[in-house]
Amino acid sequence: MTASESYPDDLKYHKEHDWARIEGDEAVLGITWFAQDALGELVHYEPPNEGDTIARDSAYGEVESVKAVSDVIAPLSGEVLEVNAKVVDEPETVNDDPYGDGWLIRIRLGDPSEADALLDVAAYKQVVAES
Amino acid sequence: MSYLSLTERDRGEMLAAIGVSSVEELFRDIPKAVRFGRELDIGSALSEQELSRHLEELAARNVDTSKELSFLGAGIYDHYVPAVVDTVLQRGELLTAYTPYQPEMSQGVLQAIFEYQTVICELTGMDVSNASGYDGTTVAADACFVAKHATGRTKVVVTEATNPQVRQVVKTYAPGFGLQVVEVPHRGGATDPDELRAAATDAACIIFQQPNFFGVLEPAPDLAAAANDAGAIAVAHVDPISLGVLEAPGAYGCGMAIGEGQSAGNYQSFAGPHYGFLAARQDFIRRMPGRIVGETLDVAGERGYVLTLQTREQHIRREKATSNITTNQTLLALGGLVYLSWLGPQGLREVGETCMSLAEYAKRRLAEAGVESVFPEWPTFKEFAVRAGRSAKDAIRTSRERGVHPGYALGRDYEGLDDALLVAVTERRTPADIDRLVEALAYR
Amino acid sequence: MKLIFEKSQAGRRGGELPKHDLPAAKVPDALRRKTPPRLPELAEPEIVRHFTELSTRNFGIDTGFYPLGSCTMKYNPRVNERLVMLPGFRDLHPYQDEDGSQGALELMWRLQEVLIEVSGLNACSLQPAAGSQGELTGLMLMRAYFADRGEGDTRDTIITADTAHGTNPASVTMAGYKLAKVETDARGNVDVAHLREMVDEHTAGLMLTNPSTLGLFDEHIEEIAEIFHEAGALLYYDGANLNAVCGISRPGDMGFDIVHINLHKTFSQPHGGGGPGGGPIVVRNKLEPFLPVPAVVKDGEHFKLDYNRPKSIGKVRGFTGPFGVFVRSYAYIRSYGPRLREMSEVAVLNANYLLARLKESYDLPYDRLAMHEFVLSARSLKREHGVSALDVAKRLMDYGFHPPTIYFPLVVPEALMIEPTETEAKETLDEFADAMLAIAREAEESPALLHEAPHARPVKRLDEVLAAKRAIVKYGFDDHPDLSAAPQEPRQLEAQKGA
Repeated sequence: MTASESYPDDLKYHKEHDWARIEGDEAVLGITWFAQDALGELVHYEPPNEGDTIARDSAYGEVESVKAVSDVIAPLSGEVLEVNAKVVDEPETVNDDPYGDGWLIRIRLGDPSEADALLDVAAYKQVVAES
Repeated sequence: MSYLSLTERDRGEMLAAIGVSSVEELFRDIPKAVRFGRELDIGSALSEQELSRHLEELAARNVDTSKELSFLGAGIYDHYVPAVVDTVLQRGELLTAYTPYQPEMSQGVLQAIFEYQTVICELTGMDVSNASGYDGTTVAADACFVAKHATGRTKVVVTEATNPQVRQVVKTYAPGFGLQVVEVPHRGGATDPDELRAAATDAACIIFQQPNFFGVLEPAPDLAAAANDAGAIAVAHVDPISLGVLEAPGAYGCGMAIGEGQSAGNYQSFAGPHYGFLAARQDFIRRMPGRIVGETLDVAGERGYVLTLQTREQHIRREKATSNITTNQTLLALGGLVYLSWLGPQGLREVGETCMSLAEYAKRRLAEAGVESVFPEWPTFKEFAVRAGRSAKDAIRTSRERGVHPGYALGRDYEGLDDALLVAVTERRTPADIDRLVEALAYR
Repeated sequence: MKLIFEKSQAGRRGGELPKHDLPAAKVPDALRRKTPPRLPELAEPEIVRHFTELSTRNFGIDTGFYPLGSCTMKYNPRVNERLVMLPGFRDLHPYQDEDGSQGALELMWRLQEVLIEVSGLNACSLQPAAGSQGELTGLMLMRAYFADRGEGDTRDTIITADTAHGTNPASVTMAGYKLAKVETDARGNVDVAHLREMVDEHTAGLMLTNPSTLGLFDEHIEEIAEIFHEAGALLYYDGANLNAVCGISRPGDMGFDIVHINLHKTFSQPHGGGGPGGGPIVVRNKLEPFLPVPAVVKDGEHFKLDYNRPKSIGKVRGFTGPFGVFVRSYAYIRSYGPRLREMSEVAVLNANYLLARLKESYDLPYDRLAMHEFVLSARSLKREHGVSALDVAKRLMDYGFHPPTIYFPLVVPEALMIEPTETEAKETLDEFADAMLAIAREAEESPALLHEAPHARPVKRLDEVLAAKRAIVKYGFDDHPDLSAAPQEPRQLEAQKGA
C-alpha cells in the first residue's frame, strides 16, 4: 500500500529529496515521499557497502523503478554502519513507508555541524512546491 | 522506381490543408546556404527489372560456395541453413517490425526473443542471455565492459589463440573503456593454463576461445580455473555448433559465454548480418548490455512478455548505461532459434559429431598425402591447421585453379605460419569433397 | 500461447543430416558435454506453425501504419529480399579471395560512393553495425584525430543536446569522453547562447541530430558549426533523421565533419523486430586516415579491401561488415536514384499534413513547420481528463495502428512523436488522423476506454513492475515459476517507448 504524502517535522531534508533522522552521533537516511512518488514503484536498490565512507551532496547508492533510475544523494557525510536489508529484498518498502521501514542506510556522522545546512520541513516543502 | 503513394491530387489537397503553396515552402526553416543546389549524382533511378539485372550481374562475379568447393572458416562457416529458417524470417510481421517497444503489438517478437534467450542459456549453461549483440567480436568488447564494472579492475586478458578479429575489436574498444589488453601466447596451438593464471592477476576477465581459432580443443576447464583463481571472470568464446558435443561453459566455471551465432542458422553472406550472443551468470544480470525480455502477466492474468530491466539501457540511464546498444540482430537471432529448434538436442549433437568425424577423415587423408597437421598433439573440432609445404597463398592459388578453396592463410595473423592453412570441414562437405581437397593440396 | 519448449516431446525431431560411414571422432572426457541442452524437440510442421502463430501476434510495417517517431518505418521492398538471397551474395565467404568477390566489393564501393554524395562529405566506412556503433566509431575518430594533433589530453568533452537520443550520451561514456548537455531554446533549436558559454579548449565535439528529435531543422546550424570550428572542435551528425533531407540539405554542407547513416531507417533495411541495422559513417578528408578497417578501394578496374591504414582506429566489428544490409540499402538507393529528394519531400509533406490535421486536438509545443516527424503533447488531455500519452498510444492499437514513440524527447511532457514516412497513402494518413481525433474525443467522453486499452490485441496491458522484480528471463522447464498465483494491477509505465 503506497503511503500518502507527508513530510515529518522531526526530519532534516536535502533539496535532492533526501531526509536524515539525526540520533546522537548517528543518522538514518532515506528518500522523501516526493522522490518515491516521482520514481514510481521501486524495483531495485543498489546500496553502498557497510564501512564505506559517504560524502555530503554525493551519491551513495541508486534506486530504480521500471522507468527511471536515480542516484541517492547523501545529505550528510559519514561512515555506513548499516544497510537496510529489507529494502534490498523488497524495494517497494520505500513506497509503502518512506520514513519508517523504508529507510536506506544508517551512518556515523563525519561532521555533525553539517546538519545545520540541511532544510527544515517548511523549507523542504517549499522545494517540493517549486518542483 | 519509387515506393510512393501520393497522387498529384493528393499532394495538392495536402498542401492546401497545411496552408502552403508548394512542397518547397515546407523547407523554409533550412537556411539557404546549406541547401543542396543540384541533383544527387548517384546514377539514374532503376526499375525493378533493371535493378535486378544490375545486382544479378554483381552477384555473378562472386565465387560463392555453390560454385567452388570451400574449406574456408576462421569464424564464418558454411553450415546448412534449412528452408524453414528462410520461411520464418520472411514473415512480414516479424521481418518488418521495429524493436518491441509496445508489447501488445509485439508479443510474437518478444516471445521469440524469450525463447532465444532460453536456448542460448541452455547451450552455454548460463542464467541470462541478452537479445543479441552485433556479432561475435563486439560481444567480446561488451564482456570486457561488464567485467570491468563487476570487478573494478582495468586489465583484460585475451588468449592469442582467440580469433584475431575478436582480439582486434577488443583492442579498438579498450581505450574508451579505460582498459589495458594483455595477450597470452599459444604454446603449440593451445593455451597454457599456468601462463594464463599468471597473466590473470589483477585482470577483470580472461577471454579464451573453445574450440580455439586453430580449431584446437583447449583445456577449457583448466583455463576457467586459472581465471577464477585470480579473481578474474572467465569468458568463453564458443561456437554454438560445438555445444551439443562440448561441455557448456557454465559447467566449468565460466562467468560469461559469448560467441558468433552465424554457424547456427545464418548464411555466410560475406560476413553479415549475423548475431553475436552474450550470456552470463545471474550475478551480472544488472550489468548486461542490450535488451532482455522477461515474462509477466497482463491485466487479465494472461502470460505475456516485455522488455525488462530497461534501467540498464541507454534510453533511461543515458551516459551511465551499461552499453549504447539499441538496434541489435534480433532477426538473425530468430534464425538461430528456428535452426536450433529444427535440429533439437539430438540433431545438434549429430552436426557436431559429423563435422568432427569428417574433419578427422580430412586430417588423416591429408597426412597420408604428406600434408601434416601443424598442431598434431591436440584434439580438434571442425577446423584444423595444416602445413601446405609452400606458402599458403600459393597453395590457395593452385588449389583454387582446381576448383577447391582449401582454407584460410594463417600467416595473415600469426608469425611463423606462412605455410599454414586453417581448414574448416562442416557437415555440408562429403568424404568425396575431402578427397578433392586432398588431391588439390597434394598437387604441386 | 505456449512456448516452443512447452510443445516439445522427447524424441521428436525436425531436421536430419546426411550420414557418412566414418568412424566417430573422440572427444576427451573432460571436455565432453555431460547433459544435453534442452532444445525444443518438434517435427518441422509444428515448428512452422509455432513461428507462424508468433508472427500473427506481431505487427510490422507489412501489417499496417507504424508512425514510430525517429524510427523511419517505411515500406521494405520485396525485391531487395529476393536480391539478398542470390547465391553470389548469400553464400559468399568473407575470406574469399579478392578476385572471387569482385561483385561484392564493387557493391560495397558503390554504396560508399553514394553515401558520400548523399552526406556531402569525403570518405566512408561501412563497418559500424548500427547507428549507436556509428556514434561510438565517430567518437573514436575524434579521439584519434585529436591525439594525432597532440590535443588528445586537452579535448575531453563532448556536447550533446537535451533532445538527443539516449545513445548519444551512452556512446560518449563508452568512448571515454566527458559529457556536457546544451539546452533547447523556445523555438526548439539548440540554445546558441548556452552553447557559446560551453564551448572552450576542452571541447572535442558536438553530437547533433538535425532535424532534431523534435522534428525541427535547426535554424542556426551555420552559426553552430562556426562556433565549433572556430574552437577547433568537430561536429558529429546523428543521421537518425536523414530521411527528412536527402538531396535537400547535406550534413557536410551544414558543417558536420562526421555522419552516421542508419541504413535500417532511411535506406529501408527491414528492422526485423530489433535488428539488424547498419550504421556507416562518412567523414571529411581530414578524418579519413583514422577510419576503421577495412575500407573498399578501387584500384583501376579492381576492387580491394584496404587494411593498410596506419592511423586507423582499428576494427569495430568482425570481418567486412553486414553485407546483406548493404545489398538491400544499395538496391533501395538505386531504385530512387536522384528521386531520393522526392522521397524526403514526400516524407516531410506527409508529416506536415498529419500535423495540420492534429494540431487543434493535441498540444503542439513548438508551432513550426515540421520536417519528417513532429512531436505533439497529451499534456492537456492528462490535465483535463487524466488521459496520458500512454493511454492514447494503447487506444491507437484498437484502431489498428502502431503507436507513435511516446515520452521522447524528454523535453516534452506527455510526448507523442509521430513519423509517417513517405510510403504511406493519403487515405492511411487520414484514417490515422481520424483515429487520433476520435481518441481525443473519447478522452473527454469515456476516459476508461483509454485507460483499459488495448481491447483487441493478443494481450492486454502487461505488468512491467512484476517483470522487473521477478526477472524471469528464460524458461525454467519443470521449475518454471507460475506468476498467475497473484493477479496484478496494470502497472505499465509512462516511460519512453520508441526512438
